[in-house]
Amino acid sequence: MPRDFTPKVVTANALIEGDVVYLTVDDRWTRHLSEAEVLTDEADADYRLLQAQARAGEIVGAYLADVRPSPNGPEPTHFREDFRRTGPSNLFHGKQAGGLNHA
Amino acid sequence: MYQYNDFDTAFIAERNRQFRAQVERRIDGSLTEDEFKPLRLMNGLYLQLHAYMLRVAIPYGSLDPAKLRQLAYLAERWDKGYGHFTTRTNIQYNWPQLRDIPDMLDALAEVDMHAIQTSGNTIRNVTSDHFAGAAADELEDPRPVAELIRQWSTDHPEFQFLPRKFKIAVIASDSDRAVMKSHDIGVKIVERDGTRGYEIWIGGGMGRTPMVAKLLKDFVPRADLLTYLESILATYNRLGRRDNKYKARIKITVHENGLDEIRDLVEAEFPRRRAAFSGVDQAWLDRINAAFVTPTLPERDAHAYYAARDADPVFRAWADTNIVPHKHADHGIVTISLKAHGATPGDASADQMRVVADLAERYGHNDIRASHAQNLLLPHVALADIPAVHAALREAGLATGNIGLASDIIACPGMDYCALATARSIPVAQGIATRLEELKIEHDVGHLQIKISGCINACGHHHVGHIGILGLDRAGVENYQITLGGDASESTAIGTRTGPGFAYDEIVPAIERLIFAYLDLREGPEETFLETYNRLGLAPFKSALYDHEARAHAAE
Repeated sequence: MPRDFTPKVVTANALIEGDVVYLTVDDRWTRHLSEAEVLTDEADADYRLLQAQARAGEIVGAYLADVRPSPNGPEPTHFREDFRRTGPSNLFHGKQAGGLNHA
Repeated sequence: MYQYNDFDTAFIAERNRQFRAQVERRIDGSLTEDEFKPLRLMNGLYLQLHAYMLRVAIPYGSLDPAKLRQLAYLAERWDKGYGHFTTRTNIQYNWPQLRDIPDMLDALAEVDMHAIQTSGNTIRNVTSDHFAGAAADELEDPRPVAELIRQWSTDHPEFQFLPRKFKIAVIASDSDRAVMKSHDIGVKIVERDGTRGYEIWIGGGMGRTPMVAKLLKDFVPRADLLTYLESILATYNRLGRRDNKYKARIKITVHENGLDEIRDLVEAEFPRRRAAFSGVDQAWLDRINAAFVTPTLPERDAHAYYAARDADPVFRAWADTNIVPHKHADHGIVTISLKAHGATPGDASADQMRVVADLAERYGHNDIRASHAQNLLLPHVALADIPAVHAALREAGLATGNIGLASDIIACPGMDYCALATARSIPVAQGIATRLEELKIEHDVGHLQIKISGCINACGHHHVGHIGILGLDRAGVENYQITLGGDASESTAIGTRTGPGFAYDEIVPAIERLIFAYLDLREGPEETFLETYNRLGLAPFKSALYDHEARAHAAE
């Protein structure tokens, strides 16, 4: 019996700004985790990661991050990903401070 | 302050030109990230959790007003209006964009600064005593030797690919204010039979395997320093464990091979290198020495200082913690706390940097220091001018009087910024400092160093904190281990773990219990936390941390 696959998103940092970005179902890079494509199949996730890694002119360090589906879209399962999604907790900088531009 | 000569200027300009082209090639797709990463790291550019981070070297923590103003300019022009001073006396910018980095490096070069060798397996920024040139107890100013080592180690072709990063500190007094024994090599300037030379300490370090440095050689003559250092580095370069990152630091090389074996190898290497060495460095050192003359300090009547102490209790409380006697009795060493209660340790805004630069120019003989404790200093201020300095600092939010107290916390950036971190450290520091301010007890508690790291790499020096805090990821939750009895001074000691860790919302109350336990246990106000711990050992503090009755007591 194979283990259940924890849903994933493809995430990386934008090449120029360094911002945390997520891959969408229509192959855009979004700053918003809620817009990310949720991958529920392992082979599919690996394939999407390979596709993302090939876009080296747009992003750095693509990897698969665990998420938990929710009514508002995917939510991080680990606090590290929660900080990446939000920004630092000591200053209101980064994602939480706005910045709606897309890569 | 050392000024770049034509060679230095041309070297930095050429490196910046090369890196500008490398950034362009990364952006246009000619370089992959795998190709680009070692190049950017050689120039101090990291990719962190939310953004790039540029780490700029402040050699041995020395700045002048022009440099500090330029750091402020970088913060405002290309970052979010602030910089973060680190435990290696560097400054980090947390939000630069890749295409701006070459301009930032060019702007740094205008004031003789760069970011070279602030990363990678090279010899990193050489640190020193932040009281250098002003301390009453120093044999001489240690910074010229630190500068000599900086020049020798910068772009040294043999040591660009060491087994691991390599850190050197230089001090010149018996008091160790630079955590010298936690360095790969610690150099202490000493005198023997009327001749100056160097004690060489080796194999100190923090990280996952903390070790206190051991004395490799009790006296290296002045002229032999660089050759001797080169012999150590060459020995390490050959023996260091390149197979295992966690065993690659020289502390492990020394531990595995034994100090005597390492000494024999270094001594065997030395004559060959000495013979090939022209000795030109001693001529350089003479020129460098000439650039580090302690300013001529005119005699000044200190009456205004003592009058202000009598008249203003706020000034007196600040002066008690933040002013240290200068070797000239009518002057003082002013430490400017970057640890306002509830603020991020080590952060300074561009405006604050400019205020400090102005004060250095007006009252401080153009001399500014960054300390490993993440504060700034004005090392030469006439006592008579200190009330005016304090008033200006107050207006800039820089007059926190807590140097050496429990809220003068060292904290690494932790998971709020760092890609390596396993937990946050800044909010823990903020929480402790805020709580201490609410309780109004830290002046009563006295000297207590709390140091916080957000991962095992120990950038926050937790191993040598009187109270050390290490943030870890335990099954997907932040968890904080406490160590006690660490000592960053000349009696360097590694702290002992108390037991199980504490959750994020438990760690500040846990530290509070430790502090109240100390107040109960000490023999009097003159016995410091560390002295009480060394007298009584772990048991009563452990009880305060883990015993439910103690918890109830602390909550009353």
